[in-house]
Amino acid sequence: MERIPILKMGNFLLVTIQVDMYDRLAMTLQDDLTNRITQTHAHGVLIDISGLEIVDSFIGRILGNIARISRVLDAQTVVVGMQPAVAITLVELGLSLTGIRTALNVEKGMALLRSSLNETTNQVIATQWRADDDAED
Amino acid sequence: MKLQIRSLPLNGVQMTMQKTETIDIQSSTDVVLVRQAVRLLAVEIGFGLVDQTKIVTAASELARNTLDYGGGGTVKLETLQEGRRRGLRLTFEDRGPGIPDIDLALKDGFTTGSGLGMGLSGAKRLANEFEIQSAVGEGTRVIIVRWK
Repeated sequence: MERIPILKMGNFLLVTIQVDMYDRLAMTLQDDLTNRITQTHAHGVLIDISGLEIVDSFIGRILGNIARISRVLDAQTVVVGMQPAVAITLVELGLSLTGIRTALNVEKGMALLRSSLNETTNQVIATQWRADDDAED
Repeated sequence: MKLQIRSLPLNGVQMTMQKTETIDIQSSTDVVLVRQAVRLLAVEIGFGLVDQTKIVTAASELARNTLDYGGGGTVKLETLQEGRRRGLRLTFEDRGPGIPDIDLALKDGFTTGSGLGMGLSGAKRLANEFEIQSAVGEGTRVIIVRWK
């Protein structure tokens, strides 16, 4: 069965969709990504959709699912590379992709993932510091 | 059961059809085939990239409806010429359970299935002309036209 490859890059998983998405393939990607996040303890998922010529409500729903599932598993999802014509069509179709973070390209998406990961790490460290302070008092 | 007709019937005056093909929609891979066929014709007619994307996306939504709610069916693709303007007409037909309340089905966010409920209303917004006929127990026909 055809599968979309998932690459691991440090803390992140990288997916580049380069084929026409049919429904089963999209569902398989959702399942595979969920499993890989758990296996690799990834903190970020970057999905490059620059190869997608259309995003309809089904693919929109899968992208939303992936973003929500990854959040539950303590990972962030960023969707990058949407073609201008796809963005125009999505808005007219009425899909707002709520809850999905987007960036213009892979580079900016990686930066977004890194900064949001640093933020959470800093928050954890800050909380630990505060906890230490409390302990001393 | 009488057919419910929404919006104005498509005006056929001075309009000529140039090319027709029909595709079966029986599986989710057929939805991809429909998208590819629509894209080819849209390019042939000379649609710009945004118009291509809109009609292909609308076709994808309606083909999936035909499959999921109609239990499969067909789509007829026709290129149109009306005076100097060219267009693409897509007719989706199924022999499924039909739609009891078309107004409700056209509402954003309404769904009886697993989708987002944007399919029918979204496809309507992406097309220049939209017509839907449905009879409970007999089937549904959706026609969209996009002009260049």
